[in-house]
Amino acid sequence: MNYEISLLTTMAIAVMFALSLNLITGFCGQISLGHATFQGVGAYTAAMLGKAGWPFLATLPVAMVLAGLLGVIVGLASLRVRADFLAITTMGVGFLFVGIVRQQEFLGGELGISSIPDHGLGRLGFMALALVMCVGVAALSMYIKRSWMGRVFNGIAEDEDTMRVLGIDVPRYKLAAFAMGTALAGMSGAFYTYHLNFIGAESFGFVESITVLSMVVFGGIGSVPGVIIAAALLSVLPAWFQVIGDYKLLVYGGLLFLMMRFSPSGMAGLAMRLSTTKLLPKEGRS
Amino acid sequence: MLAIELIAQGLIQGSIYALVALGLTLVYGLLRILHVAHAALFTLGGYVGVLVCNASGNLPLGFFCAALVSGLGGVVMFRLAYQPLLNQPPYVALIASIGLFIASEEAFRIIFGAQGMSFNTPSLEQQFSIGGLQFKLAELLVMLSTAAIIGVLAFLQSRTRVGIACQATVSDPQMAQSFGISLRQVRDINFFVGSALAGFAGVWVALLNNLVEPTMGSVPSYKALAIIVLGGLGSVPGTLTAALLLGVIEAFGTIYLGGILDRNAIAFAFLIAVLMVRPQGLFARS
Repeated sequence: MNYEISLLTTMAIAVMFALSLNLITGFCGQISLGHATFQGVGAYTAAMLGKAGWPFLATLPVAMVLAGLLGVIVGLASLRVRADFLAITTMGVGFLFVGIVRQQEFLGGELGISSIPDHGLGRLGFMALALVMCVGVAALSMYIKRSWMGRVFNGIAEDEDTMRVLGIDVPRYKLAAFAMGTALAGMSGAFYTYHLNFIGAESFGFVESITVLSMVVFGGIGSVPGVIIAAALLSVLPAWFQVIGDYKLLVYGGLLFLMMRFSPSGMAGLAMRLSTTKLLPKEGRS
Repeated sequence: MLAIELIAQGLIQGSIYALVALGLTLVYGLLRILHVAHAALFTLGGYVGVLVCNASGNLPLGFFCAALVSGLGGVVMFRLAYQPLLNQPPYVALIASIGLFIASEEAFRIIFGAQGMSFNTPSLEQQFSIGGLQFKLAELLVMLSTAAIIGVLAFLQSRTRVGIACQATVSDPQMAQSFGISLRQVRDINFFVGSALAGFAGVWVALLNNLVEPTMGSVPSYKALAIIVLGGLGSVPGTLTAALLLGVIEAFGTIYLGGILDRNAIAFAFLIAVLMVRPQGLFARS
């Protein structure tokens, strides 16, 4: 039973994390190759505060605020650089974060931070809280997607210049997307810390940023249900793939490539295509 | 004296960066794709170089085979992976490329083993002393051959029909096509040349470290992306300058900032600083 609880918690954290990136990349169209940085900021904040004697629930909001603050700073960069330049800038932020943390003694340096105090919720309670937060983030995503703000995000993703011409304050919306997305990533980071009881700079590096981006793209960029399913599946894939052990990353990379090659709109697109194939008569398909 | 030595070390590293990033910039200029899997061809070149050289005892043959195999590998990669994705949004090709890179890194590990391979008889190890500085012969030859290759390429690009066709395609694909230039051939040639350069660089790195390993491509994969962005995406002179500049800055940074930041962080701190001042990179094309 413990194994299943742990697996579900892992899943919930991954879904939260992926949905937080979906706000920025999926809704607002700002590609980020450094999203793990914000999870890292949240995780380190929770770890430091937890070690200082703060209860778990009190570390959550602080983790969110700090991650969100850094997110706004990176968001300011997104006002300056666009598209491919932004992708590489965010990647740079990721390397900068890992590089700085690894050299700081008080952040645990190369060794990371271990023996983080217990959250005091019990395994089941912790899982339940993670799941509740996860549902909360999903509901928030759905709400934002349908709101006025969501429509503006979509407009920015489609054609930023037209939105400017329409008199929309594009920078403000971009910053809002970054602030919300990165704060939620910070929250997932705090959960991560207390779930694993150990963190190191490497856990929030380039590979993790790519992994979370793959979850979003795999699910179907911008699609909330698609991203949830993709994040849940991909986060437990390594555990299931024990069978194929050595070939884990080969399969992972291969899947990522094949999905992009044959269904660039992810699982959401795949599902859409399958359902329209069934519903529409043959000549109705384009 | 230390300063001169650091500049020399930086230029050696920068030459390697330049060889790898040049191919990446050719691809970007033509197709607007951030081609992460380029680094897999770099690793492939390293392996082919070591294998051929160990089997035949002939180093130049090793270089030739490495460039040839990597070049062909690049064309195959383009035909199978990128060509069908050219009409998709740019992140699709980026993620596909990342998937391809992860999978091929694993494939190298599975085929050639995790511990890497070395030359049976390391060559070009002779020490030279120029102006009081000690160099290995290989280090001198890296710089010389990079300069030679770039010179030859610049000549070919500006003086031959094929080179001019490539330039025309980069600046206006439709116009070039209507003048009878085959887009397909130009793309094949670009991928071949760019990938051959990466393979060539792979052998040099193998020689300098006397080691090829499955993960040798991971640093060039993102460092080269940073370089082409720094150089203004798609600008060849910009890429060269950025590569050499980054090599030198890393050499100085590791000495003077090593306590606060690691090598990657120094490179990316510099990248972010430049982009905030000049969002279009150092040498943007209009």
